[in-house]
Amino acid sequence: MTAVAVESAVAEAISRIPDPEVPVISIADLGILREVDVDEQAHTVAVTITPTYSGCPAMEAIASRIVFEAARQGYAADVRTQLSPAWTTDWMSDEGRAALLRFGIAPPGAVPVAEPHGPVAVTLSRHVVACPRCGSADTTEIAHFGSTACKALRRCNACLEPFDEFKAI
Amino acid sequence: MSTSASSPSTDTGTTPVTEPVTGAATSASESAQRESLPGAAENTGAAPGAKPYAAYLLGLADDAMVYAQRLGEWMTNAPQIEEDMALGNIALDLLGQARGLYPYIGSIDGTGRGEDDYAMQRDEREWHNVHLVEQERGDFADEMARLLWFSAYQVELHTALTGSGDDVVAGVAGKALKEVRYHLDHASLWVVRLGDGTAESHRRMQAALERVLPHLAELFDDDEASVLAADLEVGVLPSTLHDAVVARVARVVEQGTLTLPDGSRWRSRGGRAGIHSRPMGSLLAEMQHIARSHPGATW
Repeated sequence: MTAVAVESAVAEAISRIPDPEVPVISIADLGILREVDVDEQAHTVAVTITPTYSGCPAMEAIASRIVFEAARQGYAADVRTQLSPAWTTDWMSDEGRAALLRFGIAPPGAVPVAEPHGPVAVTLSRHVVACPRCGSADTTEIAHFGSTACKALRRCNACLEPFDEFKAI
Repeated sequence: MSTSASSPSTDTGTTPVTEPVTGAATSASESAQRESLPGAAENTGAAPGAKPYAAYLLGLADDAMVYAQRLGEWMTNAPQIEEDMALGNIALDLLGQARGLYPYIGSIDGTGRGEDDYAMQRDEREWHNVHLVEQERGDFADEMARLLWFSAYQVELHTALTGSGDDVVAGVAGKALKEVRYHLDHASLWVVRLGDGTAESHRRMQAALERVLPHLAELFDDDEASVLAADLEVGVLPSTLHDAVVARVARVVEQGTLTLPDGSRWRSRGGRAGIHSRPMGSLLAEMQHIARSHPGATW
């Protein structure tokens, strides 16, 4: 899904960089690494990343980590941030989703279709999210916004554990 | 939201912060900027790469920046810790919108300013946000009323701007649209819950809808800068967003068993031209204090 060609050591090192806020998933599996263009002759690498959310505070940490990893391989990295097309959880790889689930974060479901008839005012429990611990589908949203911009907070009504849900956008 | 008088203040020197120590070149460009009002395209016409709709984008970016600052005040003050997180996250999204626009504005208004220059080094009269976003934090119902209107406005605004002739503007809008829909959802949920809750929560939610009213008209004013941006097919005429925004809010208000109040007897004006209400000075003082006390500091 992320379609980043991994044909060189430097590209692979960059694609393996963990997300600073959800370190079980790499920036490639998260879908925020959009392009890695390696120039073997000049020993430079042009990297394009896109933020999950407009104000994502992790972007600077990710960019400096890319520069660091590239330098370790002997390359100078030029990191560009691109807003359009806007990131969607649909770009998250299957490996990434599995890693989130193992970590106890419910992976994002299908991206909701943009409201055809205006806002749905009451959205609690509007979609089914399975508990990442016990698998029960009987879960409730307890907060619209969780510990980071990309997550909401839910509770499992079967095992009673609270858990993060990666919001589909 | 404060019920204090919002008559436009015309004094320019109310921001109680010291001027930053800047080089001569910066000072010169800042004074040139100060003389221009939104829509004064001639100010930007001279520089290479200058585009005449910078003033329009500055209004949009300043709305987001100032409201991010106000929403940030709810951290540790919201009725629940989950709401601290929610309003903090919404503020972060708005800060992201502003950060997406400021460096671009700096590249097209001929000044070459960066995001910190816009956020931290401008005085009150150089800000082009509407009065709605600068009003003091009221009770939680006041904030939900303001967030409902502002996010409904931003949903319509960014929907329109995704078709902007300027790729950067369209990109920022496309990104923001996904987020502001969620903000609208969050505000809608609370307005319904409070309106259709207890007699006390209903009364206070209704009162909040009435208090926010005088500050709404400004969102839909076709000022000179927006007319110019719309003519260039970069921006959207604010008046064209009005009916759809009202329709969105009306549905939520109705579902919350509340009443959409009739038009206000007075209305705020002047924000897009840099004329602000009393709370703006202290907002800037708090927001800019560190950056202005320690010019050029990095961490």
